[in-house]
Formats: sequence, structure tokens, C-alpha cells
Amino acid sequence: MDLRYGPEYEAFRAEVKAFLAEHWPLRGDEAKLGLGEQATRFRKRAIAAGFLARAIPQAYGGSEQPGDPLKAAVIREEFLRVRAPLDPPGIGTMMLVPTLLERGAEWQKQKWVPGTILGEISWCQGYSEPGSGSDLASLKTRGELVGDEWRINGQKIWTSSAQSADFMFCLVRTEPDAPKHAGISYLLIDMKQPGIDVRPLKQMTGSADFNEVFLSDVRTPKDWIVGKRGEGWQVSRTTLKHERDSIGNAAMTEVLFKGLVKLARESSRGGRPALEDPGIRQRLAAIEGYVLAHKYSGYRQLTANLRGEDVGILALMNKLHSTNIGQEVAKLAMELLESDALVDPASATRLFGVAPKSGAGWVAQFMASLGVAIAGGTANVQRNVIAERGLGLPRDWAAQQSK
Amino acid sequence: MDFGLSDEQQLLQASVAQFLAKENDATRLRARFDAEEALDAGLWRGMAELGLAGLAVPEAHGGAGVELLDAALVAETLGRAAAPGPFLGHTLAGLALALAGSPEQQRTWLPRLATGDALGTIAFAEEGGAWQPEEWRLTAGRTIGGTKLHVPNGAAADLFVVGLAGGGLGLALRAAGGVATEPFPGVDRTRRLDAVRFEGAPCEALPGGAAAAGRVRDAGLVLLAADAFGGASRLVEMSVEYAKTREQFGVTIGHFQALKHQLANMALEVEPARALHWYAAHAFDHAPDDAPRAAALAKAHLTERFLQVARDAVEAHGGIGYTWECDVQIWFKRALFDRAFLGSPAAHRERAAALAGW
Repeated sequence: MDLRYGPEYEAFRAEVKAFLAEHWPLRGDEAKLGLGEQATRFRKRAIAAGFLARAIPQAYGGSEQPGDPLKAAVIREEFLRVRAPLDPPGIGTMMLVPTLLERGAEWQKQKWVPGTILGEISWCQGYSEPGSGSDLASLKTRGELVGDEWRINGQKIWTSSAQSADFMFCLVRTEPDAPKHAGISYLLIDMKQPGIDVRPLKQMTGSADFNEVFLSDVRTPKDWIVGKRGEGWQVSRTTLKHERDSIGNAAMTEVLFKGLVKLARESSRGGRPALEDPGIRQRLAAIEGYVLAHKYSGYRQLTANLRGEDVGILALMNKLHSTNIGQEVAKLAMELLESDALVDPASATRLFGVAPKSGAGWVAQFMASLGVAIAGGTANVQRNVIAERGLGLPRDWAAQQSK
Repeated sequence: MDFGLSDEQQLLQASVAQFLAKENDATRLRARFDAEEALDAGLWRGMAELGLAGLAVPEAHGGAGVELLDAALVAETLGRAAAPGPFLGHTLAGLALALAGSPEQQRTWLPRLATGDALGTIAFAEEGGAWQPEEWRLTAGRTIGGTKLHVPNGAAADLFVVGLAGGGLGLALRAAGGVATEPFPGVDRTRRLDAVRFEGAPCEALPGGAAAAGRVRDAGLVLLAADAFGGASRLVEMSVEYAKTREQFGVTIGHFQALKHQLANMALEVEPARALHWYAAHAFDHAPDDAPRAAALAKAHLTERFLQVARDAVEAHGGIGYTWECDVQIWFKRALFDRAFLGSPAAHRERAAALAGW
């Protein structure tokens, strides 16, 4: 066990720092460009230097570096330090690109990967429907092949960034007579066309981060399908072969906790800082136990990745563990706010994983911590995953019976 | 950057686990738990032959001289097996002598502790839950008088490392006289405790005692956290195993989502916390500034998880889980020990808060 990075990685860190000192922020006329254009230009240079798009082949605009989670961690640390753009954060880089690389046709990779990894092309994900949440494979949006085009009708929900996205990757029922999972295809859809109606979904926090997307006779070319007809379910499960970022997630949790300690320092109890209250100190230290367990578990996973070992059941726990911590933090924050907890969070900026800076921000986080526990697989679904895949317990009966 | 176990460490754990599977199988564990005799000398002899008596003793004095992480990994394995015996007190006594003893004290005692020929223990606690060095009131000149509570295997020990007023450490020997012990009716029958009354017992100070007492306490906290992790993860396994075999309504009860979720929650409470005792043990040798706080938080967190998981395990086993014949009760009681020994989670969270400057 050795928590130092060691000379090889410190040398690499120096290399990254030198690159950043030269290339970020942009200078001269380039500094006057729009932020998006600046980010794209910077990313091109960072890819050429081998620091971004590391898992993407050069043929599709990436830097094609050998997998090295430690180098990825160093890059992340140093880029964040000077607020330089990392790989575009959206669902396009995280989900679509790995899926295309594994299952897409050659022309599809050529057409979409380079622009996506530079942040020039943005995506939204059309998976959930009003009637299909945890039971996603029951989805009903229909796709019908008419001549050389798919005609798509239905409704998607919880679609982040649907207003701004250029394209949607979408699960559509194209084989209505096939069994549930085998009737789905993975289609790509141009969002800038008639027939697509995006309506923001106002959340309990007052902001609107998600949308409903209504699809009425939406068209997409016949070959904008990833995998074959009826293979969409498998395609959507494509393993993400990523330099997994277990540390980044834990670092966010730590930042949130530090924000909570700061809030306790600045709040008062009986005329003294709440941080001096014995009960508050107990609760803070109890939460910190979880925060540190999460942090060092991140180190464990990083090490396992480096060694090519399987870290076991822990890999299934990241989401539930971090959302549980977020909720405990939020609950204690409400107590610290006392009457400041009366404020409407609507004015606060939405903040996931970053410590709020105001009472309204903490009230928003109190609600958002629930949103995180639901999005991308509810806590109860996560418990099923841990129980079934981690502990080897029998599959859920309802799921077993459903056709 | 490497936050994982070496091959040697994995081998160490495997060899201890293998020894215990053979020498401390369920039948023998139950017998030892119920036994009148406080100490199974044969089992301890076997553990000593495996090198476990001398883990904290430097190689120069015949021990293994390992870092605390290795000792914690052994403690974890002992916790998994609910292994009875004096490992905790003996290891801490050896560590205290190694850290704070005079050359002569070390020459005299460390080799005998390393082989297990002499049994060491720590006498820290006093009336009113006074576990911490700054709380000790027992005074010593050339002799000591007064009572120490909750001394592991006090009745069998040859050597006592005694916490003294002012936060120092003293060395008292049974053979020198003036030591009387009385068994404490402890809940955890795998680790027996005694009250020890010193009446004019000769006592030598450990020269480095005042500086080392906190370190010995921190090491103890880490070993308890590690034991708790081992015990808690074993309880999760036992409960999962039971859910896969027990049938109701014509199916194994592991089919029912209510139980699956309870078991998933238990696993979630335990598995991520493994890294907490690893880190606290690693910090003891490599990040001394962070070590006291890491040890305090690890002890508080893991021993509390262990006890909660023990309660959940009883529930997951249903009626049988509430009986003496179900082994869950052995770990349940071990959890009570780990939680209270060397101070409660609340006490260590308050210490951690103070250490953070809160």
C-alpha cells in the first residue's frame, strides 16, 4: 500500500501542468471567441497531446492512449485546478460514443464520434417513458419502417438537455410481435425536425432540468440504427469500457461534506457556532465515517483497475452509497439552517455534488438529493442489483415472470 | 499509488483463515464460547506458532515486526472467525513495549512475548469509562495500588502494561506479586475480561510511555475496527446463506424483496467500510498526523456498523436468530465488545471532532 503517486506519475503531472500553462486559458484573439468555440479549440490541442479522448481511436478523432486510470486521475486533477475543459460531460461522450465504438457501423463512427468528443455535437437520451421506468423494456414508443425511413411515434420522459441537443439516441419498439426485450431497436434521431415537441418538466425545486419529448411522425433514415432490428436492448447495455472515475465521484462527496462543516461553523446554536454543539459534532463525525469510507473505497477501485482485478460487490455500490451520503448531508443541513430552511429554493442554482453556498442552495440540495437517488436507477433498483448480482440472491419474481 | 493488499498480505490472511477453519470450526467455537475456562491455551499456542503472538514485536527481538496494516488484516480474519483468545491485549502490550520500553525491558520481555511463552495484556480502563490516557488516575511510584477494569485475559497474563496518571505507561509483572484478579462477567465470551487489583505491586515505568500511550490506543482502535469489519462481513454472509436455504411459502426466503433489500443494505453498510480500517492502519505507519483521527473515525464507524448488522442478522434469521444455538449470537456479543472496548463511538467521534479543530 502506497498512497503516493510515485516519480513516473509526478513526471506525467509536470507534463500536464506545462501543457496547461501554455494552452489554457486561450490567449489573444482566441480569448475573444465564444466559450463553446474556445473549448473546442482547446480540446483539439489536448487530444493531440494525449490528454483527452484517451479511450477513443485516432481514426475517430481521439488520442488512443493505453488505459491508465492513474494518468486519468492526474489529468482530471490538474485540468480542474485551472478550470480547463475536460472531455465534454454530457451523455454523448459517456454513453453514445462507447456504444457506437462497440456496436456502430463504420460510417456512424466517422460521422458522429469526432464531433461528439469535441463537444460540437450534443446528444440526449430517449429511454424512459411515462409507463416505463424501472421496467424500461416495456417501452411503447413505436418505430415503423416506411420505405427508406423510420416513422417514430410516442413519448419519452426525463430527457435532460432535449431543448439543446442535436440528436437523440432512442429505444424504440420496432418489432411489436417479438417478446418484450427482443422487440426494441436503437435508433438515432435528428432533434431539429418537425414532429418533435420538447416540453420542460418543472421539478419540485422549481427549476427544469428534464423534459418530456413528444414524437409525432418523426423521421429518421433507415440506416440510422445501431445494431440490427430488435437488438436495441443489448446495444443499450453495451459495457462502458472506460477509465472508470471512482475517485472523482468520491471527491464530490468530500466537497459536499466540507460545505456542511462550513455551514455548521457559520450557523449558530444558543448563541454559539453550531459546530461547537455536541450533538451536531456527533452527527458530523458519523457522516464523515461514510464520506471517508466512500473516498478510500474509490482508492480501492482505482487500484483494482490498475491491477486488472475485480473489486467485487463494491463496484455495484457506488451510486447507492453516495446518494445515501448526500441525503444524510442534506438532512443535517436542514437542521443547521433552522428558520433559513423556510426559503424557496427556486432562486438557487441547481447543484449536484457541489456544496451549496446559500440557504436556498441547501434547500435545493435537500430536494435534489432525492432526485439523484431516483435518476438512473432508483435506490430500490440499486438494492435489487446489489442483492442479485452482488449477493447472488434469486431474481425478483415480478421481473422473472414478465414477458 | 496503490491502495490494495500485497500478495504477502493476502497470503497472511489466507493462512490465518485456514488455520482457524481447522482449529476453530463451529463446534469448537461454540464449546469455547460456553467453556468455564477463560483461555484455551492450546488454540493460543497454535496461533503463536503461526507467528500471531509476535506480530508487533520487532524482528530484532524475535517477532515479525509488521506494520499495523498486517496486524489489522489478522484482526479482521480473527473477527471473521470470532476467534477466541488474547490476541488484542497481547498485541497491544507487545506494541507498547516495542514503542516505549527501555532496552532492558525490551530484551527481557519482547522475545518471550513474540513466542507466546509470556502472555501480555493492557490494563487501561478505570471506573467511569476512563479509557483514554488523559483520563487515567492510577498513580505509580515504585509500586502501584488501585484497580484497572476490563483487562483482557487479566487472570492469565504474565505482564501488564498499565495506564498511569499523567498518561504514562507502567510495566507490572504477575510474578512480582501484589496482583489480584477477579473475573468480569463479560458479554463476549470469546474475549474474557478481568478486573485487576494492584496492591503494592512493583511497577517500572516504560520510559517512552507518555509519548506512546496514545499510539497504543490508536493501534487498539484500528485492531477493533478491523475485527468489527471481519465480524460484520461474516454476519452478512451468514444471513445471505440463510436466505438461500430457508424456505417459506414454497420458495427460499431470499426471493422476497423485503429481505433482499435488508441484506443489500447490510452489505452496503459493511463493504465500503473495509477501506476505512485499511486506511487507518496504513496511516498509523505512513501518515502519522492523520493517524489518530483516522483510527478514531474507523473505530466509531465500523464498530457501530458491526452492531447494527448484528441486529439485522438476528432479524434476517427470524426466531432461530434469537437463540443461543444460532451462531449469530456469538458475533452479536463480539460486536458489543468491539463497540465498547477502548471507548464508545460517541467518545471517539467527539475526539475526532476536536482533532479536526471543530
